[in-house]
Amino acid sequence: MKSSIPNSQFKNPVINWIDTRLPIFTAMNEAVGTDHPTPKNLNYWWNFGSLAGVTLVIMIITGIALAMNYTAHVDHAFDSVERIMRDVNGGWLIRYIHMNGASFFFIVVYIHMARSLYYGSYKAPRELLWILGVVIYLLMMATAFLGYTLPWGQMSFWGATVITNFFSVIPFVGEPIVNWLLGGYTVDNPTLNRFYALHYLLPFVIAGVILLHIVALHRFGSNNPLGIDIKSDKDMIPFHPYYTIKDFFGLSVFLAIFCVFVFFLPNFLGHPDNYVPADPLSTPAHIVPEWYLSPFYAILRAVPDKLLGVLAMFGAIGILFILPWLDRSPVRSAHYRPMYRVFYVIFIVNMLALGYLGVQNPEGIYIILGRTCTAWYFIHFLVIMPLLNIIETPKALPKSVSDPIFSSGSSGLSPAASRKLK
Amino acid sequence: MKRLLLLSVFLLPFTTFAAGPEVKGVSKDWGFLGPFGKYDKSSLQRGLQVYTEVCSSCHSLKYIAYRNLSDLGYNKNEIKAFASSFTVVDGPDDDGEMFERPGRPADFFVAPYANDNAARAANGGAYPPDLSLITKARGGGANYLYSLLIGYKEPPESIEVREGLHYNKYYSGNLIAMPQPLYEDGVEYADGTNASIEQMAADVTEFLTWAAEPEMEARKRTGIAAISFLLIMAVLSYIAKLQIWSDVKKKKA
Repeated sequence: MKSSIPNSQFKNPVINWIDTRLPIFTAMNEAVGTDHPTPKNLNYWWNFGSLAGVTLVIMIITGIALAMNYTAHVDHAFDSVERIMRDVNGGWLIRYIHMNGASFFFIVVYIHMARSLYYGSYKAPRELLWILGVVIYLLMMATAFLGYTLPWGQMSFWGATVITNFFSVIPFVGEPIVNWLLGGYTVDNPTLNRFYALHYLLPFVIAGVILLHIVALHRFGSNNPLGIDIKSDKDMIPFHPYYTIKDFFGLSVFLAIFCVFVFFLPNFLGHPDNYVPADPLSTPAHIVPEWYLSPFYAILRAVPDKLLGVLAMFGAIGILFILPWLDRSPVRSAHYRPMYRVFYVIFIVNMLALGYLGVQNPEGIYIILGRTCTAWYFIHFLVIMPLLNIIETPKALPKSVSDPIFSSGSSGLSPAASRKLK
Repeated sequence: MKRLLLLSVFLLPFTTFAAGPEVKGVSKDWGFLGPFGKYDKSSLQRGLQVYTEVCSSCHSLKYIAYRNLSDLGYNKNEIKAFASSFTVVDGPDDDGEMFERPGRPADFFVAPYANDNAARAANGGAYPPDLSLITKARGGGANYLYSLLIGYKEPPESIEVREGLHYNKYYSGNLIAMPQPLYEDGVEYADGTNASIEQMAADVTEFLTWAAEPEMEARKRTGIAAISFLLIMAVLSYIAKLQIWSDVKKKKA
């Protein structure tokens, strides 16, 4: 080989030959290998990114297997799902993994987002990383909604009816848009067919945006629990083997918890009405969304006006896009932000409350609570976040990851231990 | 630990959501509950008898085939004999005519009515739902069904029972279109068990729970194996993690 050709660093001749021409192994090594330097102080909250990736792969694999046995027709969809459950070899397992996998995908992503909110991972220079994450989250919600329609149970049908109806609030063109989305005047066979097509498509769009999410992540590397920029190489360790093994351990624990639901509580997170075949002539007593969409459903119902309600619901998600510019504090980690820390806890509790309220009947005290929690959601982002930078005095930041105590000498304490001291 | 806590916090709001109907029913200690729960085969067989002699006159069970009855402990010949006691409409034959023939193990349970409208017409407009999924399709599951079946009592003075409806203590709203299906000694059990209302309700509930979740025993068995495997994997990977990370801690000192 001529010396003018730049050679790959790999020793294995076959890998070297391929990598020289197609640097796929170099790319992998830089993504999750020894060439990806990572802060050495990441805690277990940083496991959830890779868990989300694994969950997506599980969903795509089980989803393709389900698609091989599913029939997207209003007369056969429900029966074909039951056929999967009863007559397809391992069908019940594939379907229960897929069904509960959707919930667990959201659990993982919600924790991933909560981690980002706590440690300020959305702040400069990682704004686009955060925004791409919100795009993934939006796509996930769309995919989950479309997928929930496919078993063609009562909740599938009426959920689809309620959600597509949101678009009817658009002035002048609302009704035509709804008819265009549904492929008719009501949710029917054309709706089911297009929802199926889109449900199959969107996960691959998500995979594409995840690729961008990872590219953006590697531009500046991971944030860390201290929220400070990494200045020296001694604070970095290669992703492999340190974080591959840590992620693998986390994955084992995650899958064990996931299996508790798949094998022992497979319908705990679902709604019994979805085992009743869809009937356009009989409306269920309560139409409730899946739990992961529930907080936004609560926001929708909190506003008495239909148009404003829909705007509030989309606004609640939209607000996440401008979060990096609402929070002006230069300090990332909530460890060093005594006031933000308190408001963060209130925000999480408020979010859980909204999730609870979204599945309750909107009557009596629930209406007042729903409105209070909705108001607080927006106050948190639009008032508290910008205001905190003015009224809050952050604690002194450590100089580096290795010296979390402020002296320049070596403290000999792990970051976790020094955190406990404060 | 933190994560477990967090998970439970996340799931907390949904416990009420997954809970039962508005009217509080009876909770029975079923043998099929719990991680090692199994169906009681003799109860399943009695339940099949109750379904066949009572429920099946109005309710279909369309996702169950006669061959599935091997789960209840019947052998091939018994299933063949049972299936052939039903008449299946098949066809069209070579002349384009529908014809009747005795049932075969591969046939699905024969429905009592030709179609939904016939079912409605025969039941005063109320549609008797298919029972294949009934314990999954109602909040409260097996307990709901059992409560409903033993819930037919004398209506209290305050409640006016309209024509075509029946009082049921455990039904939401207390008025149900289905007349009381089970009476003392309504069936004569093949195994000689005393056919009290509670006994028949429990047996048919066990049977219909199986009909809704025939995979349950295999599912739980697989689950025990899968979780055991994952826990061992977690312990081993944690040890490996400590080993690999030991030099990171050393550097710090």
